[in-house]
Amino acid sequence: MDNAQLLISGLANGCVYGLIALGFVLIYKATEAVNFAQGDFMMLGAFVTIGLTNTEYMGLPFWLALPISLGIMGALGYLVDRLIIRRLFGESQTAVVILTIALGFVIRFVAGLIWGHEPQTLQNPLAGKEVRFGGLVLGMEDVAVIVVTVLLTWGLYVFFSRTKLGLAMQGASQNQLAAYYMGIPVKRVQGFIWALAGVVAGVAGILFAAKGSVDPTTGLLGIKAFAAAVIGGFGSLPGALAGGLIVGVIEPFASRYIAAGYSQIAPYALLLAVLIFRPNGLFSQVRVKKV
Amino acid sequence: MRIVFKTNYMQDIRPWKDTYQLCLYLIFLALVAAAPWWLDDFYLGELTNVLIWAIAGLGLMILTGHTGQVSLGHAAFLAFGCYANVILLEAGVPFLVAFPLAGVLTGLAGVTVAIPALRLHGIYLAIFTMALSILMDDVIVLAEPITGGVAGKYLGGVEIFGFLVDRWGTPVQFFWLVLGVAVLVTLGYINLMRAPLGRSFIAVRDSEVSAQAMGVDIARTKMISFALSCAVTGWAGALMGMFSGAFNNETFSVLISIQLLMMIVIGGLGSIHGAFLGAIVIGFLPQFLSISKEYVGAIFGGNTVAIPGLEFGIFGMILIAFILFEPMGLYGRWLKIRTWFELFPFYRKDMFKRQKSYLKTERLR
Repeated sequence: MDNAQLLISGLANGCVYGLIALGFVLIYKATEAVNFAQGDFMMLGAFVTIGLTNTEYMGLPFWLALPISLGIMGALGYLVDRLIIRRLFGESQTAVVILTIALGFVIRFVAGLIWGHEPQTLQNPLAGKEVRFGGLVLGMEDVAVIVVTVLLTWGLYVFFSRTKLGLAMQGASQNQLAAYYMGIPVKRVQGFIWALAGVVAGVAGILFAAKGSVDPTTGLLGIKAFAAAVIGGFGSLPGALAGGLIVGVIEPFASRYIAAGYSQIAPYALLLAVLIFRPNGLFSQVRVKKV
Repeated sequence: MRIVFKTNYMQDIRPWKDTYQLCLYLIFLALVAAAPWWLDDFYLGELTNVLIWAIAGLGLMILTGHTGQVSLGHAAFLAFGCYANVILLEAGVPFLVAFPLAGVLTGLAGVTVAIPALRLHGIYLAIFTMALSILMDDVIVLAEPITGGVAGKYLGGVEIFGFLVDRWGTPVQFFWLVLGVAVLVTLGYINLMRAPLGRSFIAVRDSEVSAQAMGVDIARTKMISFALSCAVTGWAGALMGMFSGAFNNETFSVLISIQLLMMIVIGGLGSIHGAFLGAIVIGFLPQFLSISKEYVGAIFGGNTVAIPGLEFGIFGMILIAFILFEPMGLYGRWLKIRTWFELFPFYRKDMFKRQKSYLKTERLR
């Protein structure tokens, strides 16, 4: 029973990692760039929602604040692309990586200035409610996290594999010049995907803030989500979720069955192992081009 | 404008362009070596710090700037060098043996890391090294009997030929030690870059396919690059340990790795000058911020509250500005200014313009 409880809480944590990883993968899939600031986007999404709903700030009703904050995050994602990332259009990935790391620093600094450095929680209608079945106790937030994550991953997966826009995005990432020739507005597609990634980060942030407390350094969680994305094989949406779940589950079990200190190490050790034995992740997207 | 007319190949691969340039650098070196006479102890310490960062930057520059392999984990090698040095010293090995050995050991550690890392490209390599850096932190804690764990280790002065070299006791001697290491590493670097090995590094960076076609063994080249880079970083780590005197697992966190990478980007990737220029920015930014904060506070009524994260925030903004407006870093800016003066009325705006490029996926190879 203990193990089942650990598993469930691990899964709920893993879903949050999975959601952040989803943001990484979205941007990678559509623009071939990696957004190291995704964790900080999530933190910002959490703080924006806290700023809108919590009584000490604006005190809007939760269900009203939800779309507003997601809208703000989407706009922010678009602006980041429009003002900063687009200037690096066609440059190497490395430049974007370094740029987004720097962006993460700036976001953390700004969030600290606005909302302070104290941990805060989101006041939400789900707080404190529990679901019991068969001796397991589940927080409503945990259930919400799992349900929302699975739905979102499925929705995005369908979007990428079935819709015209989704396919256009994949094309834009594989060869920008060829995509132009095919009539895909590559830059606009990129702007859209950054906005989408902002919204996903906002969802992740809201769920995270509902589950626990956030402070400006929460964004560093992104590194763990990064491990999740890589384990899943960058570029695969279900892979990102799977990676997130693996990381989320492995943490509590490592701290329980090995030693407390190992829960920090386990995800990264797993990441190294995966990279060594399957350099492109478990759900690899890399195919060798045949000449 | 000086015109250097090259008449043979030996002149082309000479480490300096002409006697004028050589003299300039020698004068500059003499000026820096004489720093103890024109700087007080505090600023001498800062200068030492800058030089140590510059050595670390040179280490990373070999790998990232010249071989094109992005590493977000060089703090792990800083830590390795630092601990190797201290442990050897504690075992009674004299400094002049322990210090080079620490670098060599770090180089070997780098080779061990390079073997799996060779299969990784671009972003995957960055993540791999970043994970290493995060793990190093925990490994130091877990290997407490050797490393002292969270409590850390202490290092006082060392003796070289009977002279005591200590950061606090004899800062001047320590400064010269660091300067000596920096000069030797830089000379080695300059020589490396004009040798076939250095050229093959650059070939691998610019295009692996072309390098392979020209007969460069990519795996071997990358491995050597890793080894050299880590060895130099190890020396920098050893010096950093001596500089701070006390260190534990948190001294070399993953943030240091990131800072190191950002430093060489600000300085200018792919140039030796870049490592030094970047180190100057990193080294003096905290001082500059605290001074300007006092200055601002004096004007707006004594508001000197510490703003947490300010340093990294400003740092991030500087970096974004550099990547957007001056991708070649400070050294690139210097090159432009110099060219402007050299060609005085004939400098054109588009002289250093980047070629338009389109990205292709790395998932299809």
